[in-house]
Amino acid sequence: MKFTPLKSEHEAAHAKMVEFAGWFMPVEYFGIRAEHMHVREKVGLFDVSHMGEIRVRGEHALETLQWLTTNDVLKLTNGAAQYSLLPNERGGVVDDIIVYCIEANRDYLVCVNAANAAKDWAWFQANNRGAELKNESAEWGQIAVQGPRAVELVNRLFQGAAKVQPFHFTPVHFDGALCFAARTGYTGEDGFEIFVPTRQAVGLWRKLLNVGSDLEARPIGLGARDTLRTEMKYSLYGQEIDDSTNPYAAGLGWVVKPDAKDFVGKTTMLEARAKGLSEKLVGFKMIDKGIPRHDYRVLAVDSSPIGRVTSGTVSPSLNENIGIAYVQAEYAKAGSEFMIDIRGRGAKAKVVETPFVTTALTKKRDVK
Amino acid sequence: MANYTIPEENYYTKDHEWASVDENMCTVGVTEYAQDSLGEVVYVELPETGQKVTQGEPFGVVESVKAVSDLVSPVSGTVVEVNEGVMEDPGVINDDAMNEGWLVRIEMDSEKELANLMRAPDYRKLIGGK
Repeated sequence: MKFTPLKSEHEAAHAKMVEFAGWFMPVEYFGIRAEHMHVREKVGLFDVSHMGEIRVRGEHALETLQWLTTNDVLKLTNGAAQYSLLPNERGGVVDDIIVYCIEANRDYLVCVNAANAAKDWAWFQANNRGAELKNESAEWGQIAVQGPRAVELVNRLFQGAAKVQPFHFTPVHFDGALCFAARTGYTGEDGFEIFVPTRQAVGLWRKLLNVGSDLEARPIGLGARDTLRTEMKYSLYGQEIDDSTNPYAAGLGWVVKPDAKDFVGKTTMLEARAKGLSEKLVGFKMIDKGIPRHDYRVLAVDSSPIGRVTSGTVSPSLNENIGIAYVQAEYAKAGSEFMIDIRGRGAKAKVVETPFVTTALTKKRDVK
Repeated sequence: MANYTIPEENYYTKDHEWASVDENMCTVGVTEYAQDSLGEVVYVELPETGQKVTQGEPFGVVESVKAVSDLVSPVSGTVVEVNEGVMEDPGVINDDAMNEGWLVRIEMDSEKELANLMRAPDYRKLIGGK
């Protein structure tokens, strides 16, 4: 099992620790629902040091990333970030990622999922188009500061951070080390994800809690991170998307730019789309009792299977049971009703508009 | 490790249910260790009265925000009473797993089955290493 630099901080705070993707991570600090609401209403700190980082540099950096990702990397100016996908040859998804442009054409940092970090690194090496690749996963800690008070908190520590636009980042210095403060996140709230060298991670974590004490900054576990992202219908790799997912079916067509460039598996991906995708990813709410869970079947009223649940939970913000599912396209419209097979019982559910919850950030714009 | 209440007079399963026996009546709940591991319980599914249950077989589920766990019956018999209170407010299981958070009362088929269950010292040992 792998440990983040903040392990001792979590243990000292009596977080409930679990194994996640091979990492020893805090799942809960003071109750998932309370932590969730704390992030929606105040500000929370997440240890996301388990995320992987791959550095792509050199004169073939852009060319390599254009080939390996679906979004148009050419659009990225220095200090800009982009949600994107690593496609495979079958038109599926190796991983969903964020590409950070440190220096256009020459230097990028790619943030990848912990569960896929080894697979992605091998994939980069196997499909490299001449870039200088470096797996920097062990060098970086990562702290996400999320919530309505997050920007104020980060700005206290790193003056000027508040001016960083969504999906942009800025280099900052902490304890003599170069860090990157990125206006990105996975909660639907405004805030930052701060890349910090492993050695400075504990110091930054403590400093953020200290500087943010009057803002009620508190550490938050991965359990709430999952319910927060589910309320926004953000995809989680391994649930909504995997090696066989067509990005268009997952509602991720907006990060696929086939007209701008060529990329791995482009033809296959577009052919599948042209043939007509049988399934679409939808958000739904339970009408009947019961919590939908990953892999539960979705049934039509006549009990014929029409899809599968990818994620589900009780929504702490709404106090309703919500879920995300792939369903046959004719059932994908808001208002459509179907049944969720909850341990053999057909429980009624209906498709709703997403995100499930409106936040200050989603009011401004639609971002991941 | 947290300090869990594990009454001596109860029986325990390896799946972390407790069973309190009064003649042929068996009251069943989940242990404090179980509720602590689960986290906040947000949903409980229990059998109806009159339903038969079998020792070692699931008779219902408890769900936390993150996960679904089977409830495993400590004894075989017939459900004679169900705690409606926990179905309305599953948080009671977190607040008071050993008393108010009881789940079902079962009329036992055979007291002999109790020999298959753990007593407090063994249960304490079971969770002690965790």
